[in-house]
Amino acid sequence: MPVLARWIEAAGIPTVIVTMMPSVAEERRAPRIVGVEFPFGHPFGMPHDAGMQRRVLELALRVLAGAAAFGTRVDLDVEWPVPLREAYRSWQPKEPSPIVRKLLEARRQQGA
Amino acid sequence: MVVDSFKFLPRSFRPLYEGRGPHSGEGTPVWTPFQKRLAESRIALLTSAGIFLKQSQPSFDLEHEQSHPDWGDPSWRAIPASTPDADLAVAHLHINDEDLLADPEIALPARLLAEFVREGVLGGAVAEHVSVMGYQDRTLRDWQIKTAPELVAHLLGQGADGLILAPV
Repeated sequence: MPVLARWIEAAGIPTVIVTMMPSVAEERRAPRIVGVEFPFGHPFGMPHDAGMQRRVLELALRVLAGAAAFGTRVDLDVEWPVPLREAYRSWQPKEPSPIVRKLLEARRQQGA
Repeated sequence: MVVDSFKFLPRSFRPLYEGRGPHSGEGTPVWTPFQKRLAESRIALLTSAGIFLKQSQPSFDLEHEQSHPDWGDPSWRAIPASTPDADLAVAHLHINDEDLLADPEIALPARLLAEFVREGVLGGAVAEHVSVMGYQDRTLRDWQIKTAPELVAHLLGQGADGLILAPV
């Protein structure tokens, strides 16, 4: 996704990426980055929490319009209001994705 | 406060993301200055949640991904900003979609963006935001050759002055 941001930026449209993995977006050289410490699947926050979603969108707009230079990163200081163990489990799909299944299978075969 | 990018990621996945550097050929800065005031700008959203219109658009192709785990559907969908939540569906095998279906605003905050327009913070929002499915083959070739140029043409056609991308 940071690479997609680069291609769109290069075509003349300013971009900001709101991401749970801001250090990865920096490594992939996204132009403007907003970091959120939220579980995957929730870049704008908790469902039905309009206040939290508003804080993310406001910061994204501020960075989009106000960043002075390439690579600007600003992280949002909002804590996820669910205990880590529960949040870690609940964002994950009920069934492992095909690639995870393949990796687990390969690991099992190596171990065998 | 500095975000821990790996807080919610299983530890064994971390090397798949960390320390890999830029994508091939994508190491130099790219920059388009944002020149207007927000109150005079039209903003677009891009989600990678695999959101599509239940009644009128095909799903992202999850069947092919099931049999080809290194592949992800590289196509995209235009999502009208006024679409009711009940008309949206999610096709993404890498996340639990319960919260997304309960409140799509957590990935595509089109209603909130429209509120900002009503409040005068923004000049406008595009009529059609965009959706992709974020799991892609590592080369990103189809995105580069086909999807990105199509997205750019769509966004320019919509008069977008800026884009907020939100990977899930």
